[in-house]
Amino acid sequence: MNNDTVIEAKDLDLVFETNDGPVEALRNVSLTINKGDFVSFIGPSGCGKTTFLRVMAALEQPTGGQITANGVSPEEARKSRAYGYVFQAAGLYPWRTIAGNIKLPLEIMGFSRQKQQESVNSVLQLVDLEGFGGKYPWQLSGGMQQRASIARALAFDADILLMDEPFGALDEIVRDHLNEQLLQLWRRTQKTIAFVTHSIPEAVYLSTKIVVMSPRPGRITDVIESPLPEDRPLEIRDSAEFIEVAHRVREGLRAGHVED
Amino acid sequence: MRVIVPVLTVLAVIVALWYAACIPMNVKGVLTEAERAGAEVNPPGAKDRRDLGAFGLVLGNSFAIPATWEQARPRLPAPHQVANELWNTTVMKKITSKRSLVYHGWVTLSATLLGFAIGTGLGILLAVGIVYSRVMDMSVMPWAIVSQTIPIIALAPMIIVVLYSIGVQGIIPKAIISAYLSFFPVVVGMVKGLRSPDAMQLDLLRTYYASSAQGFWKLRLPSSMPYLFTSLKIGIAASLVGAIVGELPTGAVAGLGARLLAGSYYGQTVQIWSALFAAAILAATLVAILSVIEQRVLKRMGMA
Repeated sequence: MNNDTVIEAKDLDLVFETNDGPVEALRNVSLTINKGDFVSFIGPSGCGKTTFLRVMAALEQPTGGQITANGVSPEEARKSRAYGYVFQAAGLYPWRTIAGNIKLPLEIMGFSRQKQQESVNSVLQLVDLEGFGGKYPWQLSGGMQQRASIARALAFDADILLMDEPFGALDEIVRDHLNEQLLQLWRRTQKTIAFVTHSIPEAVYLSTKIVVMSPRPGRITDVIESPLPEDRPLEIRDSAEFIEVAHRVREGLRAGHVED
Repeated sequence: MRVIVPVLTVLAVIVALWYAACIPMNVKGVLTEAERAGAEVNPPGAKDRRDLGAFGLVLGNSFAIPATWEQARPRLPAPHQVANELWNTTVMKKITSKRSLVYHGWVTLSATLLGFAIGTGLGILLAVGIVYSRVMDMSVMPWAIVSQTIPIIALAPMIIVVLYSIGVQGIIPKAIISAYLSFFPVVVGMVKGLRSPDAMQLDLLRTYYASSAQGFWKLRLPSSMPYLFTSLKIGIAASLVGAIVGELPTGAVAGLGARLLAGSYYGQTVQIWSALFAAAILAATLVAILSVIEQRVLKRMGMA
């Protein structure tokens, strides 16, 4: 493990005990995520991609194997506020303004008022929502709400951003726009991002590394290092390289499916 | 207009039915009085009329119909009689008078409000305990439910006797009976409200490493507000019932319950009905006030 390693998972197993018997959500999952990586997890539902993300954030405990985040246990990393987590729903509090929502983690973590305000101003700028701090969530569109929730995850300057299908509920055009913005944000902030999706173009467009997973038991079937350049206009999706990567992802998904 | 017309129509139908019901209800009394005053009644003699149906009497003595709405002590007073009594005992009386419904209403209202405050406070505390402690969830909740299955009319005298024996009397016993009825909807509503944030919201707080106190103040309590207000509206009406019931077994001399009791002792049906309506109007007003507060608060919180 070198200094650049952020997440290091080795032989992770996670078995949920359910009424219908044990379910293997993760089996033998090993993966290294380096600082500044943009890693996408793609696969059909039940492949354990969300579970893996939750294990990284210590929201689930693995039943076997080891995982470290920033060299310590995920629990410790969470205590040191290493994670910003973005869920599929924006989950903004309706009784707080956008600025108030972004301040929520800062209040919990005990930032000073002045620090809170500075932070709010800078992250609103990052997600392109300047001037919306005083608005309430219901006054914003779905895409803007999701941007506000990303701002909330960025507010306390966590160095790992965990995103669980953050754009899954949005329409295609808004999604393209947000993908573009997310890439810019990632490049500017140099965060390490783990991103769960079930859209192949989204995964290929965003990632430096694409992790293909398959279900029953949840496992990694392929890890693709993206050959695409850092600078990615939306048009890159029509390039031969892009199509080739997308093809490999699709093959990986199909391979995982055949075994059932 | 599209709302007012149907509403007024329903009201008119109720009032018309009420007037119609007064005729068979009161006809025997009216005929007895009329006969005593020397009028020709068919059939003559209270004894012969006793076994006849009310409708038969009305058909045979249609002259008596207007009088069924004007008796001094009818079985069923007519709407305008109740309205008159209400008017006379509120607006036309000094509010310090023992015959003023405003005075009696205030006696009951003060016990209601005190009981409501105690019940709401207790209800919220119990709900917080139930949500945060599994032991309390399993030990307190069943008792709270059992407590509501006992008819309050049976329990109220015992509460008053027990409290009297330890020297507590006056407004407190009534308030406690009030609280006994009003804490339950608050417990049930608040437990549901405090548990209303979904798993995602709770996970989000976990990623911030928030303490459970922070989770309570920043997420659970604000999320429970719509549930709280629904419970409060049920609770305040229950509180009023509790305060009135609390006035019955003591032979209290003041309060809407005392008016009901005195009215029934002396056959003053008009007084009973006007006290009933005063209680209903009071309850409606209290619920309406809470509704206005609810709307304002929830609107401000972006939850309405």
